[in-house]
Amino acid sequence: MGAIRLEKVKKTFGTLDVIPGVDLDINDGEFVVFVGPSGCGKSTLLRLIAGLEDVTDGKILINGTDVANEAPAKRGLSMVFQSYALYPHMTVYNNIAFGLKMAGESKEVIEEKVQSAAKILNLTDYLERRPSALSGGQRQRVAIGRAIVRNPAAFLFDEPLSNLDAALRVNMRLEITGLHQELKTTMIYVTHDQVEAMTMADKIVVLQAGRVEQVGKPMDLYNSPANKFVAGFIGSPKMNFLGGELAQKHSCHEIGIRPEHVAVSTENGEIPATVKIAEHLGAETYLHVEADGYGPMTVRATGEVPLGEHDKIFLTPEQDRIHRFDAHGLALGNS
Amino acid sequence: MSTRASTLTGRIMSAPSIIVLFLWMAVPLGMTIYFSFLRYNLLSPGMEEWIGTLNYEFFLTDPAFFASLANTLLLVGSVLVITVVGGILLGLMLDQPIFGRGILRLLVIAPFFIMPTVNALVWKNLLMDPVSGMFAWIASLFGLPAIDWFTNAPLTSIIIMVSWQWLPFAVLILLTALQSLDRDQKEAAQMDGAGPISIFFYITLPHLSRAITVVVLIETIFLLTVFAEIFVTTGGGPGLATTNIAFLVYTQALLQFDVGGASAGGIVAVILANIVAIFLIRLIGKNLDN
Repeated sequence: MGAIRLEKVKKTFGTLDVIPGVDLDINDGEFVVFVGPSGCGKSTLLRLIAGLEDVTDGKILINGTDVANEAPAKRGLSMVFQSYALYPHMTVYNNIAFGLKMAGESKEVIEEKVQSAAKILNLTDYLERRPSALSGGQRQRVAIGRAIVRNPAAFLFDEPLSNLDAALRVNMRLEITGLHQELKTTMIYVTHDQVEAMTMADKIVVLQAGRVEQVGKPMDLYNSPANKFVAGFIGSPKMNFLGGELAQKHSCHEIGIRPEHVAVSTENGEIPATVKIAEHLGAETYLHVEADGYGPMTVRATGEVPLGEHDKIFLTPEQDRIHRFDAHGLALGNS
Repeated sequence: MSTRASTLTGRIMSAPSIIVLFLWMAVPLGMTIYFSFLRYNLLSPGMEEWIGTLNYEFFLTDPAFFASLANTLLLVGSVLVITVVGGILLGLMLDQPIFGRGILRLLVIAPFFIMPTVNALVWKNLLMDPVSGMFAWIASLFGLPAIDWFTNAPLTSIIIMVSWQWLPFAVLILLTALQSLDRDQKEAAQMDGAGPISIFFYITLPHLSRAITVVVLIETIFLLTVFAEIFVTTGGGPGLATTNIAFLVYTQALLQFDVGGASAGGIVAVILANIVAIFLIRLIGKNLDN
């Protein structure tokens, strides 16, 4: 059981309002991802939930009880740190067992729990090693092992994959998702990488400057972003924002169109443009173009496209995929 | 440094310093060994003669030798314990964001820059003096009799002075080690339910083990040869109560003018220092690996 509820959670460092007041509901068993640019307060929010920082004001309810003034260990949460924070002088076994030992569990219980965690994470052969003798992925797994033996109400992950190389990151992403399906425990995961957020989350919380910009399922955020910030942050490459004539035609301040929702033609279309750089990836081609009257845009064409620098092309946005924004950057609903 | 030419250049370039160092060490050592086999007394110049190992026999069977050996070990051991324990405690305190930390750090480091003779004079005349010392004055405030430190607790007095001198070194090394402790590790331990005391014993202390090793090794080297504090305050007495090996060698050479005997004592001291060094490196030196 691990339902977490934040009520008007506030954090200030001196005179700096890091988190001006956040309300959030996290249901039991949900995989929630906090995502946002660096310095948006997502790690601080996680540390507030963990109890590693004191809240300035507000309530943190875990299964209905306010834990805002409880010590971290009393909250029944486990955390996986970005740096893994393994204890370097202890073996893998002792690293995983440390929390149980502190809780005063008997030797037999510890042995059993550590062995079962090691089995889930494929660490059985490494239990007698020190962290310094492990690879990045294995260290990551030890950190997760240390978290799961305590059978927490919820797992907290603080950018756990950012120290891994690209291939391993994809692997660990799948492993963590698999672990969530197996354990069905609430997980809160902090990342600045919107790809991780999109692929792993049941629910994404987009943060900017300590404020919650939007909460929703990955596809809801992709299809109907609440404002320009979410629209630009979710999806890769970034959404294109166009003002001018085209925006007037849709009776709004600015329109947004994703690179994958623009048709590319060499003969005719709505917006004439010149190719600056073409990135050929095989399955798809990203064209960085200079659109006449609108400035730089990115568009995606499927498959191999024989286009290069200085080629003239025409772009046509898919009409039902256009997002409209007002002068304050708020979404106006699809036209 | 991989080609044959660059290796050769490297050897030629480093040769002068190696030669100088070698001569600087080997010549005095050779002369000391040579003198230690001679009857060589400054009171009867020109009468030097080869007497074999007689100097060693005299030195090693002298009751003063065993007394000073015990004093040396007691002095080194006590100062090590005091400085390491005190260094960790002071380091922990100075690692906290307390008021006036910058000035406090400076004050804690200061004794290290005071030369041993001055240190000894300050303690002897200003602090420990039974008539005009500050400790006697404090004792009188409570109506207690003044303690005559150098008469009643001579070795303890030396240990206190030398500890005061070496505490800053321990604090300096241990504080930097404390500052390099990853904050995440402490937080992870906190999440794991460890209290401040568990964190200290399971996380902080193992992290400090390397720094403690460095402190112990370096301090031992210097503490085996403590001289100025003894010379300035007790002069090795009362009796032999504060005579360590270094001071014993000095009394042999310059108070009894027996260069041969002092040389033999010096060689014995070198051997003893090496035994201690081997022992220490075996015992704790493996902390310095990896």
